[in-house]
Amino acid sequence: MSTPREVTQARWNEPVVMEMGVPGRRGAVFPAAEAEVAAAVGEASSLVPAAMRRRAKPALPEMSEPDVLRHYLHLSQEVLGMMNISLFGTCTMKYNSRLSEQISLRPQMADMHPYQDPRTLQGILEIVHEFDLILRQLSGMDQFVFQAAGGAHAAYTQTAVTRGYFAAKGELEQRNQIITTIQAHPCNPATAATSGFEVITLMLEENGYPSIEALKAALSNRTAALMLNNPDDMGIYNPQIKEWVRLAKEAGALAFYDHANFNGVMSKIRARDLGFDACMFMLHKTFGGPKGGGGPATGAYGCSAELAPFLPKPVVVKDEASGLYDLDYDREMSVGKVREFFGNLHIVMRAYAWARAMGAEGIAEASDISVLANNYMEKRLLAVDGVTKSHPHLDEYRLEMTRYSLEKLKEETGIGVAELSARMVDFGVDAPWLAHEPWLVPEPFTPEAGEMWSKEDIDTWCDVIAQIAKEARENTDHVKAAPHNAAIHAIDGSALDDPARWATTWRAYLKKHGAQARRAAG
Amino acid sequence: MRQDQTRAHPWMPNSVPAAKDAMLAAIGANSIEQLFAQIPEDHRFRGTFDLPPALPSEVELKKHLLKTLGKNRSCEENLSFLGAGIYQHHVPAIVDEVAGRSEFLTSVWGTPMSDHGRNQAWFEFCSQLGELVGMEFVGLPVYSWGCAAGNAARMAARITGRRRLLVPASMDPERLAVVRQYCEPVQMASHIAVETVAFDPRTGLLDLDDLAAKLADDVAGVYFETPGFLGTIESRGAEIAAAAKRHGAVTIVGVDPISLGILAPPSDYGADIVVGTIQTLGAHMNCGGGAGGFIASRDEEAYAREYPTLNVSITGTSVPGEVGFGLCLAHQSSYGMREEGKDWTGNSVYLTAIASAVYMSLMGPEGFREIGELIIQRAHYAAKRVAEVPGVEVVFSNGFFKEFVVRFDGTGKSVAQVNEALMAKGIFGGKDISADFPALGQAALYCITEIHGQAEIDRLVDALKEAVR
Repeated sequence: MSTPREVTQARWNEPVVMEMGVPGRRGAVFPAAEAEVAAAVGEASSLVPAAMRRRAKPALPEMSEPDVLRHYLHLSQEVLGMMNISLFGTCTMKYNSRLSEQISLRPQMADMHPYQDPRTLQGILEIVHEFDLILRQLSGMDQFVFQAAGGAHAAYTQTAVTRGYFAAKGELEQRNQIITTIQAHPCNPATAATSGFEVITLMLEENGYPSIEALKAALSNRTAALMLNNPDDMGIYNPQIKEWVRLAKEAGALAFYDHANFNGVMSKIRARDLGFDACMFMLHKTFGGPKGGGGPATGAYGCSAELAPFLPKPVVVKDEASGLYDLDYDREMSVGKVREFFGNLHIVMRAYAWARAMGAEGIAEASDISVLANNYMEKRLLAVDGVTKSHPHLDEYRLEMTRYSLEKLKEETGIGVAELSARMVDFGVDAPWLAHEPWLVPEPFTPEAGEMWSKEDIDTWCDVIAQIAKEARENTDHVKAAPHNAAIHAIDGSALDDPARWATTWRAYLKKHGAQARRAAG
Repeated sequence: MRQDQTRAHPWMPNSVPAAKDAMLAAIGANSIEQLFAQIPEDHRFRGTFDLPPALPSEVELKKHLLKTLGKNRSCEENLSFLGAGIYQHHVPAIVDEVAGRSEFLTSVWGTPMSDHGRNQAWFEFCSQLGELVGMEFVGLPVYSWGCAAGNAARMAARITGRRRLLVPASMDPERLAVVRQYCEPVQMASHIAVETVAFDPRTGLLDLDDLAAKLADDVAGVYFETPGFLGTIESRGAEIAAAAKRHGAVTIVGVDPISLGILAPPSDYGADIVVGTIQTLGAHMNCGGGAGGFIASRDEEAYAREYPTLNVSITGTSVPGEVGFGLCLAHQSSYGMREEGKDWTGNSVYLTAIASAVYMSLMGPEGFREIGELIIQRAHYAAKRVAEVPGVEVVFSNGFFKEFVVRFDGTGKSVAQVNEALMAKGIFGGKDISADFPALGQAALYCITEIHGQAEIDRLVDALKEAVR
């Protein structure tokens, strides 16, 4: 290994915007109404019912435009993001084409209204339809919709479709259970519960996935659906998945494939071929949409022809005779809406652009590279004293992720994943994903190499882990006091769940912390 | 493998053979295919994908995207009066500049230290929105206004232990469909019954007699909006909230925050939970993709502990005087408690929160007052002028903010016919609501914002005169 460089993040000590500005300063001004307008309607205040007039001005900052710009530029510099290397597992860090960013601001994308006549929406509807066809190819499903604004929202869509499907069969009251696994993303059990289902969670066994026997014991005529991912976040593929789906369907249930971890298997398998009734893709992960700190995102939800009548509406359709696209709202069996309008189409546009730039061969190659890079990274990380992996007895190559544990290092030095994450930032490398709750592996961390990071980047990342493991033994206190070079020092987490101290707004902060707050923040 | 092995893909540094070979050698594998040994052969797809040809060259990709999107007709090159939940407000240039910064654009979930600037921007979003709506607890945004209303209904049900929600019959059918989804179908044991309260056909306001008839001690929440879907300002918010309170129900108010420079904050008239859109605060319409919603309330534990959102709190650091920001009440989310968590949490529209923070910082109290005054005056001017068109009637001619209902029955034309004629002149007429609200006749919902000057309104009126002839 080589010793990684340390990097100093910008440290602006930027005040909270609520204490900035000077009374009277303006960042945006608007004209007065035209003289004829004002003459025709009178004063604005006369148009507001007296009981509903605002009496006290909102206590917002009063700032000039350049001051606002500079404040937020400073804040942006205090975010690491993908300014360097970020191998955030389960989220598939991917290059976000800046061409797509530019195009998203064009009026033909940004200034489009969802209720325009579909004849004026032909370009964007064509993109939606063409991208639907691409996803049908990659999954074997018969129809995709894009109304869900994230992966969890697509899981929710699945639970809504499940309700619609069984309600139509008159079985919904009976089929009120959904089965998932402890390694499925929390959104699967959570959306199932929000939709009113009982949740049964299967636990992992020796091989890294639940047993067929456990599944059989859980399945019954009360089962509405199976919701799971494969491979899981440990990079382990359940080779019995076809049998799982067969058993679920034999029990009369639906099978939903959460393709959160699609990068490692894209072009290698197709959900429908394995028997699944529906699946979802995250366009802000696998398909190159930007993370944005957590959206705007898109959960593309696709299903079989049998389930398609229940999809949220509208569905984009093409009239093959005229070649024109339309929005089909006339869908009697539809479960209705999971969100207003028909999706984050500016994200769908980006995903379509990504898929076109890659092509079928590029998509297959991205999958190859992500799995190759993960196994290369595994080789390097397991050479670090203190790092182990989950299920070490399973020695097959993992797919696009491997889950590691810092348990040994923690026992030997007191340095665990929290300290590691904080110290990594000093090298300009952002913290990795750890693991969803509950942690099945002590002190877990889950990097994902993907296809956008070069071998040199992966080497640097591993060098940083090795360096910190070394420091853990030689200079423990230095690691414990990290970060040293970040925008701020380690935060005090003790207030965050204390009702007397938490404050999600400035006005709550002032109320709870008073003058001290102003001094501290100033 | 790409056939064109001699050329690397611009987005894949490891597509050069040397990188692949070095990694294969390091792990002792002979081929990449070997790495997929976990997947049984009978699971593998061995066919070919029928995908359109790859466009790895940016110049070609750009040409293709622009050609395809060029088939759209935008609201910039046309004159649009569409609203109904997505609005064409001006987005200041620096909002796009900040939201487009690579740091914000590509951030995911680092530490509170490495994400400090973003977390502060989120806190500033919540803080400024809190000032507009008059509330002290504000969560990070949810997917949309309808989703926020749905979450709020579920919060109210958990807080009260009751399962009835009252909503106005004048509510946006689209938004209502989302709320119904969140409240579950009747077959589910935890179903929340959604019942509509009539509106006064003369004023568009909630029918307080019908509200009184439906309010009882089993109602979890009373939801109303101001301005409502039909544009009207609900002038009796305090009476509605007081009635809800008498029955122990939670008052949930939906707002468009761009109106709050001139309209009273919902806290003034008794709201317990405030929801609404953030699209009007600096998000482009994006064909509906600009949608975003928020949830706010008083900072009371009973409420705070029911939020399904991510919540960011200000806190200190190891250095006295320094502030940082961390997730608060994180454990109650589905990330902490899976199916026991509050609804579910995941990706949302968090970049839009940053855009909205910039927008609100630019506007300040005077910006919000000015834009509110300008919009309400021009909207009333538009309504007055439109009503001059023979046979055309403005249904609720008083007490609206930026949207109003136009009835065409007196012209003998349908809204569809009128809009067709307007479109031929480069004008997108108001949303046709005649199918959703048959009692209103051939009715369209027109929207006026700060982008519509007198000249544009006069142009609409001239075009309408011809259209109804």
